[in-house]
Amino acid sequence: MIEVQLKKRRGEFALEVAFAASGSGLIALYGPSGCGKSTIVNLIAGLLRPDEGVVRLGGTTLFESARGVDVPAERRRIGYVFQDSRLFPHLDVRGNLVYGERRSPPGEPQIPFDEAVELLGLGPLLTRRPRQLSGGERQRVAVGRALLCRPRLLLLDEPLASLDLARREELLPYLERLRDRLSIPMIYVSHQFEEVLRLATHVVLLRAGAVVAQGDIVAVSRDPQLRAMIGTEALGAVVEGEIESVEAVTGLAHLKIGNGRLNVQGGGLTPGQRVRVQLLARDLILAVEPPRGLSVRNCLEGTLSSLEPDVGQTYLAEIDVGGPRLIAQVTSSASTELALSAGRRVWVLVKTVSLRGHVYSAAQSQHPSAGRSARSDATGMGARGL
Amino acid sequence: MWLSGAEWEALRLSLTVTLRSVLMSLPVAIVIAWVLARRSFPGRTLFDAFVHLPLVLPPVVVGYLLLLLFGIHGPLGGWLLRSFGVRVAFTTNGAALATAVMSFPIMVRAMRISLEAVDRGLEDAARTLGAGPLDRFFSVTLPLMMPGVLAGAVTAFSAGLGEFGAVITFASNIPGQTRTLPLALYTALQTPEGDAEAARLAAVSFTLGLLGLAASELFARRVRRRLEA
Repeated sequence: MIEVQLKKRRGEFALEVAFAASGSGLIALYGPSGCGKSTIVNLIAGLLRPDEGVVRLGGTTLFESARGVDVPAERRRIGYVFQDSRLFPHLDVRGNLVYGERRSPPGEPQIPFDEAVELLGLGPLLTRRPRQLSGGERQRVAVGRALLCRPRLLLLDEPLASLDLARREELLPYLERLRDRLSIPMIYVSHQFEEVLRLATHVVLLRAGAVVAQGDIVAVSRDPQLRAMIGTEALGAVVEGEIESVEAVTGLAHLKIGNGRLNVQGGGLTPGQRVRVQLLARDLILAVEPPRGLSVRNCLEGTLSSLEPDVGQTYLAEIDVGGPRLIAQVTSSASTELALSAGRRVWVLVKTVSLRGHVYSAAQSQHPSAGRSARSDATGMGARGL
Repeated sequence: MWLSGAEWEALRLSLTVTLRSVLMSLPVAIVIAWVLARRSFPGRTLFDAFVHLPLVLPPVVVGYLLLLLFGIHGPLGGWLLRSFGVRVAFTTNGAALATAVMSFPIMVRAMRISLEAVDRGLEDAARTLGAGPLDRFFSVTLPLMMPGVLAGAVTAFSAGLGEFGAVITFASNIPGQTRTLPLALYTALQTPEGDAEAARLAAVSFTLGLLGLAASELFARRVRRRLEA
């Protein structure tokens, strides 16, 4: 359990946020630059002092202004991965990795040194100096260093922001592995929604020092506040489902979503695996009767639950497909012609190809074997277009 | 070129006195440099000026002030004599103290510049990894400011070898105890037929200066390579 309530005033900027999330998993703090994301992680780490508030982790209170509790940063045991990695230049990679480990309290490590080295692929780097590392390698070492201090929580402040696209793709799978294999809760700061989609279990949307929405990624993906931030172009409901079967010859996987199923083209998927799929609102086509004679193979039957005007001459339709809800963009003329209104029975058409690049491993370790194969899959997907 | 026994002694004494002066001032200079670079407190500017005083005061005045403080009737000198039976004025240690005070500002300045270049973000990182204030200083800050510490020590050593005014005022010119190279050279010049001796001592000082420069350059290069590698 993570509980955070913070108030901090710095000149003109006022921050007032509160969020809470359960045990493990990854909380993404998402918002535009300057919304206070980095300030929040610095307050949680104890590098900045809140004017007022509470920081509780599990059963431990790290900060509570009302009771005068303020555990110093060096005793909070919160691993922090900085945007600029901040490796110690006078130590080699091994020296950096053991710096926190040596100073951590005795006891079973959550992750032994050798396993961390293996997990992050640091073996060949151990004797190198930080200056001899690429940006991506540096961030991997920084993650390892934070992990090895036996943290109660891992803070990642835009760990990919200083990297180019290729390096990001190189690092993302490691972060996914971390999230799926370790029980350490993580708070991940980002202003890239793709990263949030791929990594987060819980999302906190921030704007101008305040929380505008929060919840699990499936719920937040449909939140109007998010639409205001990322625009309708990138808007798309995230849905989770289970792979029912995979065609041996074509590799085409059948994904159960609510009452229907979608064909997902993506290598490495296995039956029983849970995946997360984002269906972009602009990629969905609505029909008011069962479509026939079409090349599109993906069709989900559902009920129109709401129809709201969006920018320009368009509407956003929310469709309940037997539990999961999708969002589709329709033009106002189409909406009038089809006489769309709430409660109407509709069929949602999705081109298989539009699913590419949006298959994520479903987070959490309830399917540990599935989690691992999904990871390798997500890598493949990422290479194609994320 | 062969030196007489007294000349060898002056050379040996110069090295001893200057080495002791550097060892004395090094830890204090690190602390002062840290205070000046990292702390803000009322009177900080005044304190800064005080630290730099030996740069602008005539060395004889510094020697005189040291005599007032550390003479056997001075507040510190009297206390040292009564409590520990230690006499500072007119001794080898006194010469070292006078040299230390004179080269102190040079040392602090070199350290402070390199301390100010240390990324405080690295200290924050050390903090999140569980390092307390002293631990952070010794495991991160000090190693990173090492180039400045070494540069300060080497420069202070080279400058200290030439210290004259403060030493002769505070520690006098006692052969074998406080007669360092510059004092011996001065004494030789005061003696009839001391010209040859003066020339030899000057040559020795010249050689030491060159060696000091070469050593500091070599040091600086090695440290830079170690940090950049």
